[in-house]
Order: sequence, then structure tokens, then C-alpha cells
Amino acid sequence: MISRRDFLQASMAASALVGASGFGNWGKLAAQQTLSQNDLLDFDTYGNVSLIHVTDIHAQLKPIYFREPEVNLGVGSNKGAVPHITGADFRKAYGIDDGSSSHYALTYNDFSALAQGYGKMGGMDRVSTVVNSIRAARPDALLLDGGDTWHGSYTCYHTEGQDVVNVMNMLKPDAMTFHWEFTLGSGRVRDIVNELPFAALGQNIFDSEWDEPAEDFAPYKFFERGGVKVAVIGQAFPYMPIANPGWMFPEYSFGIRDQRMQEMVDEVRAAGAELVVCLSHNGFDVDKAMAGRVTGIDVILAGHTHDALPEPVIVGDTIIIASGSNGKFVSRVDLDVRDGKMMGFRHKLIPIFSDVIEPDAEVTAVIDEQRAPFEAELSEVLGRTADDTTLYRRGNFNGSWDDLICDALIQEREADIAMSPGVRWGPSILPGQDITREDLWNVTSMTYPNAYRTEMTGEFIHTIMEDVADNLFNEDPYYQQGGDMVRVGGMGYRIDINKPIGERVSNLTLLKTGEAIDPSKTYMVAGWASVNEGTEGPPIWDVVENYIKRIGTVSVAPNTSVDVAGA
Amino acid sequence: MSFTRRDTLRLAIGSAVAAAIPFKVMADVDADVAAFTGGAEIGEGGITLVAPEIAENGNTVPIEVDAPGAVAILVLATGNPTPAVGTFNFGPLAGAQQASTRIRLAGTQDVLAIAQMADGTFVQARQEVKVTIGGCGG
Repeated sequence: MISRRDFLQASMAASALVGASGFGNWGKLAAQQTLSQNDLLDFDTYGNVSLIHVTDIHAQLKPIYFREPEVNLGVGSNKGAVPHITGADFRKAYGIDDGSSSHYALTYNDFSALAQGYGKMGGMDRVSTVVNSIRAARPDALLLDGGDTWHGSYTCYHTEGQDVVNVMNMLKPDAMTFHWEFTLGSGRVRDIVNELPFAALGQNIFDSEWDEPAEDFAPYKFFERGGVKVAVIGQAFPYMPIANPGWMFPEYSFGIRDQRMQEMVDEVRAAGAELVVCLSHNGFDVDKAMAGRVTGIDVILAGHTHDALPEPVIVGDTIIIASGSNGKFVSRVDLDVRDGKMMGFRHKLIPIFSDVIEPDAEVTAVIDEQRAPFEAELSEVLGRTADDTTLYRRGNFNGSWDDLICDALIQEREADIAMSPGVRWGPSILPGQDITREDLWNVTSMTYPNAYRTEMTGEFIHTIMEDVADNLFNEDPYYQQGGDMVRVGGMGYRIDINKPIGERVSNLTLLKTGEAIDPSKTYMVAGWASVNEGTEGPPIWDVVENYIKRIGTVSVAPNTSVDVAGA
Repeated sequence: MSFTRRDTLRLAIGSAVAAAIPFKVMADVDADVAAFTGGAEIGEGGITLVAPEIAENGNTVPIEVDAPGAVAILVLATGNPTPAVGTFNFGPLAGAQQASTRIRLAGTQDVLAIAQMADGTFVQARQEVKVTIGGCGG
């Protein structure tokens, strides 16, 4: 176990590094127009093992804009705790200067203005450059992919994930775990996994019929790195058949299964593991809770909730690393492992500024090769954003992308109320920018896109809102599914996030009449992304494409219809 | 986020039933516990109940109970119209005092397991299992 002193030294070293190499300095560097690849990659190699973490790429092979959340509320013991701080509070917590590149990369304020200066982020060819640079310093660094990789774009949908698989294979990951991959269907997932040149891990992926560990996914894998025996244990998204359509992968069962996690940790320790890494898709709060229950994990590489944190969060003897989403960041974690113990760490969240980091030409070529057959469809311009409108999604209650999608559902499908799923993926569009078909698919692409139209009673609408709110705001993280609140169009409501299920959501109001929603009355509701088999309706991207083409210029007014209490 | 008419109906019926019976159910749970323990004090520890935090399918929820040294384990689904799930009895030749099964849960509720130990004392473990509509993942 690591003593508090070891950790203090490590974190002081990390702070010193932050001061020396990047975080606080990027603003000044950028102001001097000297933000360089060397500054971004500068790292004083430490210890004997390096981990490289990428997660939640959502098939974004090319650089994108991605606005971080304005509202990201924690409840219970996580109220006001990392990662549930945003904007100025976030910058203050990490000593980030206003207007700096870190301000742009990690917080939402002045997003569109800063985006003009700092440009797009991500791109797997840039990520490859970063990975190569780390491997130049530490040739046997482990590259670990937290999943949500083979989902989220036009080309990913049309190639059933093959485009992303081909590109990621160029980066040579060592292991991966899963979430949205399963929405390709279990047959397709197995086909890809059987061909993967790296480990597909998930200690919590079970055979649903026998409730036994599934044979297709190993719980862990051992690596010998820097003379250290490293065990990487996979943890897939626990609530796959609940949050996503279980009928697409009926052979599999998931769950947190922390008892088995403990068994696996004990098993790898008994087999000589000196460093235990959990490659997780639990979501940050669940990882924090799990780190308090399972002993013996040194590092949790956290995914799912798309948080990007400049410093690890420490729970007991476990450090938790959060590496953002959509290819915006790569985490590098150097570890000093001696005498079978993690003695210290050095960490850097590397922002992928696409105009600063040189693309790896070989990977660019492979990306372009995947896109070539679809180039005409991808690049078709559907409309453009007005000068007052940034399209973004992230945030607990609403995003302008979803407001647009809900407007499209109400108009095109003649509904009173629209519902759009509270997913956290989907890049942003700046004011006055063309909206291409690719952009629209980046926020809608999925294998269950049908836009349904159905009657619901006011009471049932309330039940849905309460159910989803509890998946987000239950005080016990183990009962949270990740994701954000269901987005609603045509209806306003009040939510008190600290109340129990059944009492959070009130004041449901039909916006077009200003009348209260009547529990016994029936309303026409349009939505998409139903987890139920056999849902009928046109794919959501067709609905929204028609709407954007019809209105031409998209202007989305600020959403004032959700009244949040208890924040 | 959509529901077929059948799902809607099922859910509506489920909640109507749940709303109508809690008083009776609580009485049933108390009666079942009293019948099993004879009113004895119930301690904690020495019994493990494994159940999912959120059920993937409320109609078939895998659970496991383990109480080394127990002679019997009572399992109750405290929110079901009929809470009694079953009692597992272990004879002196039983290699382990452990059982697993699948149970049906009418809605979000606590699953309760009480073990009678060889010395006649009782211990319990309880876990909430959430039965949710589900829908929107990150």
C-alpha cells in the first residue's frame, strides 16, 4: 500500500510538473502564439510503467469542436465534488487562467469565441502522434481504450464499426472494454472481437442464460512492462441492457458485480500482479464508489461519463483518471512500481489541439480511406447555424442540439411534446457554420434510430421523467446509469434533484398553451432511441435533415423551460 | 424512450397493484419473518446477499445467498404481492450453505434474506433492487 507521504510526494511532483510543463502556462503560451506540440507533449518520464488512456471516442476520427457541460450536478456525497463542477468553478479549482487554452478545452464559457482562436480538437491521427511520442520515451507503454469507440458517426454506422476498428488498430491498443459497441448487435461484436489484435476485457460481461462469465470476453490480461507484472481488469458498462436495447445482445448480462471485481483483483494479486489497473466504463461516480469497496486496485481508468480531469482523484490507495471524450484528450500516467507496490505517479491530461499537434500521416491516410466511399454524402450541406447559435449537447438538462432535434420532432411529426435521449456524445457546431450530413449523424447515429409517435397520458409522461431523473440523481452512484436527463420539447417542468423518486419532477406545463399537464389527459409524444424492439418510425436523422433543409438557417433560443432546484 | 401500448399497460397495471397493496404486503413480510424467527432478535453479518442494483429484467432477477453455518435461509421479495420467495434448508451434510435462484420483482423494492444459524440465532441482509423503465445511456 502507498503511504500518505508517498502520495503527497507524488502529487507534489505532479503539481510541479503541471506548473512546469503545461496547465497554468498554456494561456500565456497561447497568448504569445507559442502553443507548440512540444509544450503539449512535454513530460518528464517517471518510474517504470506508463499507461496511455483514451476513452469514449464515439467514432470521431477527424477533429471536432466539443463544448464541455455548463450544468453537471452531483447529489449526495458527490454534491459539488469533482467532476461535478463546471465553468469558472472548474477553472478556479485547477488554477486555469481565463481565456487560456485549458479554459477552452475544459470549460464551456465563451466557447464559440475561444473556438475561433484555438480551433478544433481531437482527430485519431493527432492522437496517434501523441501515442507515438509517449512510446518514444517509453517503448512498452500500455495503450488502453475504455470503449464507446465503435459508435457515433455516419461512416461507423454504414461500416458497422469497421472504419473505427481499422483506424484504432493502427494505434495498436493493448486492451479495450465496451459499451455502445454492443448496439452493433452481439453477432457483429463477436465477429470484430474475434479478429482484434488486442485483448477484449470485461469481468462483468456474463452469459445471461447461465449467469456465468461470458467466454468471449476475458476478465483481465497480464502484461510484463518495465519489469513489472501488470494486470489490466476490464469493466464494461454495467447497465447495457437497461440503458440500451437488450434485445440486440440477449446472450449477455452485465451489472457492476463488485464482488467479482474483488475476486479478480485477489486472483491477479495471488498470481503475482504488482500493479492492478481497472479499465472501466462504469462512469466516474460509480468508479469512485467502487474504489471505496474493492481493495487492491491501483489505477482506475474511468470512462462513460465523459469527464476530463486535469488531476487524478484519489480514493484510499486508488487513483482515478478521467480522460474526456470524442478524442479531445489523451491521459498519460507514469507509475513507479517497486517491491510489488505503486509508490507514486505522474499524470498529464494531454489536450489534442488539432492545429498544434502534427497529424500522423499514415493514420490520416487510413482515416481518409475509410471516408472516401461516403465523401459525397458526408459533406452535403443541410443548412447553417445563425450567428447567435452554437449547437452543443452536453449538460444535465438540455443542449441546443437536442432543442433543435425536439423542434424537428414536434414540427415534422406533428406532436405536442418531444423527447430526445440524454446521451453525452455528439460534437458541437459554431455560429455561422455549415451543418453537414456528417455533423447531423455525429449527434444522432445509432442502430435504433426510429422516431416514434405515440399517445401518452400526462401521468405516464411524469413517470418517465421521474424514472430517468432517478437514473441520474439517485444518491447512491450504484443506482445511476450515467447519461443526462431526457431532453423534452414542447413541455416545461421543475425538478428538485435532491428529492426521492416520484417527488423530483413537478409543474409539468404544455408550452404551446401554457396549461398544466393533466395526468389523465392524453398527449401526442414524438421521440427516438427507444430501447423497445419493433419501434416504428423514420430514422431520426431523416426527420431532422428535412427540418434543417426546410428552415435553412438554424437559430435556437436559450432554453428556459426547465426550472432546476437543489443544485 | 418509447413504450409500446402493451408496455404502457403493463406498467400502469403494475403500479396500480403496487399502490393498492403496500399495507397488506408489509403485514405479510412481518408475518413471514415472525413465522421464520419466532420473534427472535435478528443480527447483521455472517450472511451475504448478492443481487443486481438495477434489474436487467424484473421478471427474472438472479440472486444468491450465502450464510456459512446456517441451517436455513428465508428469502423475501418485500414489495411483491406475495413476498415469500422460498426457504432453503441445509442438512448437516451440506457442503456449503449457499443458494442461487431467479426471482420475479413487481417493482423497485428490497430483497431480504434471513439466515437461521446452527445455534438458533438469526442474521439478515437486505438490498434494494431497482426495476426501471431504462432508456438513455451516455
